[in-house]
Order: sequence, then C-alpha cells, then structure tokens
Amino acid sequence: MSLDSLSSQAVCAEQSAEANILSRRTFLKAGAAGGGGLLLSLSLPFAKGDAAAADADGFVPNAFIRIEGNGQIVLTMPYVEMGQGTYTAIPMLIAEELEVDLIQVRLEHAPPNERLYGNPLLGGVQATGNSNAVRASWQPLREAGATARTMLISAAARRWNVDPASCRTQSGEVLHAPTGKRFKYGELAADAARIPVPNNVALKRPQDFKLIGTPAKRLDTAGKVNGTAVYGIDVRPPGVKIATLAQSPVFGGRVKSVDDAVAKAVKGVRQIVRLDDAVAVVADHMGAAKKGLAALKIEWDDGPHARLDVPAIAAQLDKATLNPGAVAQNIGDVGSAMARAVTKVEAIYQVPFLAHATMEPMNCTVHVRNDGCEVWVGSQALARAQAAAAKVTGLPLDKVVVHNHLIGGGFGRRLESDGVARAVEIAKHVDGPVKVVWTREEDIQHDMYRPYWFDRISAGLDANGMPVAWNNRFAGSSIIARYLPPAFNNGLDPDSTEGAIDLVYALPNLHVEYVRVEPPGIPTAFWRSVGPSHNVFVTESFIDELAATAKQDPVAYRRALLDKTPRAKAVLDLAAEKAGWGQPLARGFGRGVSLQFVFATYMAQIAEVEVSRDGAVRVHRVVCAVDCGIPVNPDTIRAQIQSAVMFGITAALHGEITLKDGRVEQSNFHDYQILRLNEAPAVEVHIVESREAPGGMGEAGTSCIVPAVTNAIFAATGKRLRKLPIDPAQLKAG
Amino acid sequence: MATTIKVNGVDRTVDVDGDTPLLWVLRDVLGMTGTKFGCGMALCGACTVHVDGVAIRSCITPIDSVGSSAITTIEAIGATAAGAKVQKAWLDREVVQCGYCQSGQIMSASALLASNPHPSDSDIDAAMSGNICRCGTYVRIREAIKQAAQTTGQGG
Repeated sequence: MSLDSLSSQAVCAEQSAEANILSRRTFLKAGAAGGGGLLLSLSLPFAKGDAAAADADGFVPNAFIRIEGNGQIVLTMPYVEMGQGTYTAIPMLIAEELEVDLIQVRLEHAPPNERLYGNPLLGGVQATGNSNAVRASWQPLREAGATARTMLISAAARRWNVDPASCRTQSGEVLHAPTGKRFKYGELAADAARIPVPNNVALKRPQDFKLIGTPAKRLDTAGKVNGTAVYGIDVRPPGVKIATLAQSPVFGGRVKSVDDAVAKAVKGVRQIVRLDDAVAVVADHMGAAKKGLAALKIEWDDGPHARLDVPAIAAQLDKATLNPGAVAQNIGDVGSAMARAVTKVEAIYQVPFLAHATMEPMNCTVHVRNDGCEVWVGSQALARAQAAAAKVTGLPLDKVVVHNHLIGGGFGRRLESDGVARAVEIAKHVDGPVKVVWTREEDIQHDMYRPYWFDRISAGLDANGMPVAWNNRFAGSSIIARYLPPAFNNGLDPDSTEGAIDLVYALPNLHVEYVRVEPPGIPTAFWRSVGPSHNVFVTESFIDELAATAKQDPVAYRRALLDKTPRAKAVLDLAAEKAGWGQPLARGFGRGVSLQFVFATYMAQIAEVEVSRDGAVRVHRVVCAVDCGIPVNPDTIRAQIQSAVMFGITAALHGEITLKDGRVEQSNFHDYQILRLNEAPAVEVHIVESREAPGGMGEAGTSCIVPAVTNAIFAATGKRLRKLPIDPAQLKAG
Repeated sequence: MATTIKVNGVDRTVDVDGDTPLLWVLRDVLGMTGTKFGCGMALCGACTVHVDGVAIRSCITPIDSVGSSAITTIEAIGATAAGAKVQKAWLDREVVQCGYCQSGQIMSASALLASNPHPSDSDIDAAMSGNICRCGTYVRIREAIKQAAQTTGQGG
C-alpha cells in the first residue's frame, strides 16, 4: 500500500471518474481505464434532489476500484483520513470481497465531485462526518469488490475455457486448481473490462471473512512517525509565501483603520492585505508574518455584537424553552401520566460552546491566477471547499483544482469551508501561491463552535420509583439547518435530536421537543459526537437522577427498562461486570454509568472518578462495552473509543468557550485546556461479538463518557452537576 | 543577518531576524515540515526538537540562541538508537491517529529514553505531559514507551 501520490492524483482520478459516469440503470459498470485496465465505478441508487444530480444520471457513481494493466490496484477513498482509521477500514471492505491483500492496494483521495462521491448518509454532501463512513460503505463497497472479483474470474475462465465455478481467487490472483493455472488480476484487467457487469453477486458470509474482523494494521501511519506525512499545513508549492491574519475579534465586526508602517518594516514581510473584516500579513516565513501581525495597529468597528456575552445567550435559550417547540417524538400521553405520577423530578441542564482545537491549526494554501485557482487543504468536505473557492474567485467550478491532504484533526471543524474562503480572499491580492496559517489564537477565537444547549427536562415516577412520564424540551442551534437545509424539516433535524429520542429505555409516555434558536454573534458547527454530545449528557444524567430519587442502583434501574432492547442490556451488563460494578471503592471515589444508542452503535461506559477535597476531579479508569455490529477493524474500534473518551473528558473537565464584549475570551492551550497524558485514565474496551451491520465508531465514545463522569461524581460526592464544564468549586468538601 | 545552525548533522545558513523561532526556520526556510506548529507558546509540544539531545520547544526558541548546538528533528531521529525504538514501538502499538502531534510526541519520548532507559510511570508523566494529543492517544503512548524501554534494556 502506498499513499505517495495522494494529492497529485486527485485531478487524474477526477478525469477518469468523469469519463466513467455510466448507465443510469446499473449499479455497477465496467469501463476501460487508461492503459487497458479495469475500472469499476460504483453507483448508489441515491437521488440527491438537486440540480447537479438531476442533469444526467439517476444513479451516480460513488467510489472506485481501478485495476491497472500493470497490476496496480488503486482504491479511491470517498472518505478522508483524519486519524479515525477510515483509510484502513474502507480498503478492508473492498479487499475482503475483491480477494486482495491490503499490502497490494494503493489509495487515492477522491477529488471534489459530489455526483461521484457524495455521502448517501449525509444527504449527498461529499463529506466525512457523523461516524458513518463504514456504515455508508458496508454494503456498496463490498458489492463493488465482489463484482470486480466475479468479472476477473469470468475473464480467466474464458481464457482457460473452463467453468468459472472451478476457479477461485486469492491475493490478487485467479487460480484454477485442477490445472494449477493462475493469472494475476492485472493480466486480466483488459479482458475483464469487456465483460458485462453481473447482477446480484453473492457476498461472503460473515463466517467466511478473512480480513473483516481482524485487527488490521493501519495503512496511513508509517509517514506519521518520521515526519514525511504531508498535511495541508505542510504543502510548499514553488514560490509560496506564508501569511497569517487577524480577523475581527467580534463576529460581524469590520476593520476601521490599519497602521501597517512598522509591520511593513519587519524583515521578511512582503505585503499587508486588508479585507473588510480581516488583515493579513504576507511574508517569507511564519516567523516574519507573526512578527508583522503583532506590529500592526488595527482599529475595529465591532458592529452589532459588541456587547454580547454567554449569559445573554443562555437567557435567550432559557426563554425559548418556555414555549412549545417542534415535537421530535411523542409516545403515549405524558400530560396525564405526569398528573398521575407519585413523584415528579425536574431539572435544567446546560452545556457550553466548545472549540474544536484541532492540533493542526486552520490553514489553506491558494494560488489564484486569472484563469484558475489551485487550493491545497485538508478538508472533510472537499466539494464544499471547491465551491467556496469558486464563489470567492467567481471562477467556474472546473477552474478550481483542490488537492486534499491528510488532516491534523477534524472533529467537525474541517467540514466547514470558511477557512478556504478566507484564504482565497487573501490570495486574490497576492501574486503567486500563499499559505494562510491561522495562529492558535485565531484558530480558537474564530472557530465555529459546538452550540450552547439549554435543556428543560422532567419526569414522573410511579410508586415503585419507575418512570411513567418523560418530558424534555431543549433549545439550541441547528447545524443541519445551515449545512444541509433540505434535511431540516418542520423545525426538526436528525442531528439535534439524536440521543434525545428513540431512547433505549422503555418509557411508556415520552414527549420531546426541540426549539431551534440561532444565537447571534457566534457561529456554530458540528463537533465530535454532534447532537448526542449534549443529548446523551442530559438523558443519562437525568435517568441517573431518577434512579437516585427512587433510591435504586443506577445500573439495576436502567436494566429494568431494557427488556425490549437486548443489545443495550448486553452492553450494560458487560460493562458492569468488567468494571466490578458494586465493588467497594476508596473514600472520595465514585463509579458512574452511562448507556446510549447513537450512530447505530450500542455503548455503555463506567467511569471511576476521584474527587479531591479541593474539588479537583481525576478520572482513573473507564470501562467501555460496545456493540457496533460487525467489528470491521477491532483495533481501530479500541483506538477510537480510547480517543473519544479523552475528547469527552477534556470537554467535561475543561471545555468552555465564553464571550466578553462579543470577543471569545479563550485563546490558547493555557485557557482552553486539553487533557494531558498525566491526567489520562486507563481505558478498557470490550467488544461484543455481533453479525449485525456495522455502526459508527468515531464519536460514540465522546458522548458516552461525559455523563459517566458526572454520574461518578454524584456517586462520590452526592452532588449532581447539571452544567458543564465541571466546576471544582462546587465540589469542594465541607 | 545570516545565521548558521547545525540541523541533523548538516550546517545550514539562513538569513532571518535573530529572534525568529527555530520552528519557522525549520518549516518555512529549510522546508523540513516534519516538525509541527501547534500553539506558538510552548504549550502543546508539537514543535519539539532536540538541541544537544535535550527536548526543547522550537516555537519559542530564537534562532540566535541555538549557536553551534546540534539540532535533531523528527526527520533524523530514526538514526538514533532511542528514536528508532520509539518509532518502531509507535507502529507496533498503533499509537497514531491523525498523527499531527506525533512528531513532537516521538521527539519527547526519544529524549526521555535516551536519558532514562527505564522510566517509571511518573517519569513518563513528567516527560510527556507537555505534549498534547487531541486524538487522545495517551493510553498507547504510555504502552509504546514501555515497549521501547524494554527493547532498550535488551539491546541498548
């Protein structure tokens, strides 16, 4: 496997892909690749419903296998690698059915092209997010592999004049056992390209999998341990200049005046670019650019949000939850059940704005010419990046070439193209290529943030303390409504409500409403574990409150509500057993549990937490049980849960973006802290054996850990935390 | 002002202000992009390199403070015994996710093992807590350092 030609291949792949938009009515169709090879394009019966898709094909290609005459097997990756292991899991799906070894394949980033590479689980947007790459690929990419293999067998059988059923495949070869003959796939590629595409190829039975379910080694790591991997921030087109920037510290503000005399005198500074709402310093290197930026005297017109702060936003959301919202789910009759309840429990939960703080600061390299524009970036949504550059330059899409790169952390941040647009605005004023690099301060203060959420929730319990009514109304920003408007319907979207509805628990009367509120003056975006990042915190904290009200054990209480969701019960039981639930703990320690079904994955976590007398919280151990269907790459699943747990603990303990006078107050890792190695808990992952279709794994661990930690704090201290981040002052002894 | 520094055994002369951080000389002037920018304030460790074998944060190290010291970067750490073992352990243990911070992690771990072949958990905490990993690969970083330390003990 090699990744050596990742960026340079993008344009070629696009051309060959475009040349192979094939029949409207077939899912799979072969075509001759350049050099006499077999190119198999994969189509999904996916009606995107926009103009781009409507022009020609009812069925649009989505991913590619290319077997070249020289034997090279190239897989074009429709999803981007940002550490989550998709560049290993997706090839595993194809290779399993194609019968090739992972070491034999070469990977290419897909070029920007939503018709070919739109994500069917994200409304056709060419994007990697919502933990759905494997889910979206599970059936079609295995079919792609199996179809190619079937055609290669047919080609070999014709040449040998034998029954295809007497042939088999292994490690990139077709074998004919009775005669001992064999062909490498490359030798058959030209013939296979002329064979009609078969319908309904058989897929392997799970018990016959050789690759899926094994802990395959990651395919993208070698260059990441010796400094050779190229991220967006590492590109160096000939003659490139480096720019850094200051954007209006208040969202919506404008530049009033700039005094750049001192900055221009800095050695290595080449140019100052003034935009309406930002100033950039272009230099020979980032050191000079930063020095020049520091020397600028900029006066800002702060605009309409000059006095904005977070309490004002929270008050706006609070007020919104006093009025009805859109009904996300209704079961039974909550009103009358609540009236009959023996005990009523009410609570308000709030979670803060959060920054992504990817380790690779935002950056984008752009070369604007009169007749075209070239962009180098690491993007989770490549076609969006291309469209953003086209819009700013006024060029047609086909004059904008985007090279995608490895991503130094995405977590939702790089689904957005604001950085691309900004870099292109600057590059329009620069002669030659310019790499625009955000300082960490700019990155944190001009992020697009996980929304602030305000939740008003109540429940009624019967005489046994069991819930007979559950009423939840919450308010916050809808990312979907901005990012993917067609998916926002009747005041609802599938993300904002995930984790608040379709609960694993048997609740006879349930009513959930969502009130969309878009606070002014602070942009919002998807953030790892998205809607569930707040909904699971609320739901799993509140069910814990109900157990405490009923004076019942938190695991037993949940378990009594799981008779209709056996997979949920199984992960809860497994986590409790492995964690030693119920075993005594030292003073100051507590165990907390949480359980969820989000991203099509069942997960339970149990956190062991210590609360010091000064209120400091230390998470010592996390036990996670997961049923994500067939585990495609078990080692990646473990890695993703370890990762997501740290991400969630970071948010629970430290994560908060606040505004003062409209300005984000946090600026770097001293005041926007990330969990460090000395604070990291041990994480144990137990994977349930399953033959169900795969669920998502990139994000589930983040939403699950947060309430496990706060529930553990309750167990240790008796203090229920309903607002994040955790405030040690509330936990001081005495 | 021309300044000559020794990077991975090679003398390199650059013409930048003396207060220019080493990080930008490596990345933007010399084109050695394996060393990463994370914070610019020595808060995250992504820019870690060795100066005479000691792990330092190149983002706050002015070029005129380096003198004739030997600078080692991620591009050459594999040529050291500790660095090679750390890199191997990183791959064996599948530490890496997005990978962006891992240059700095490997540089910090290599410096640790070069000076302390058998670090305790608290030694690892002390040496590695200046390196942030947003992907949260800490569990495996700790395991990999322990693996590399074992092989250090067996073979030097």
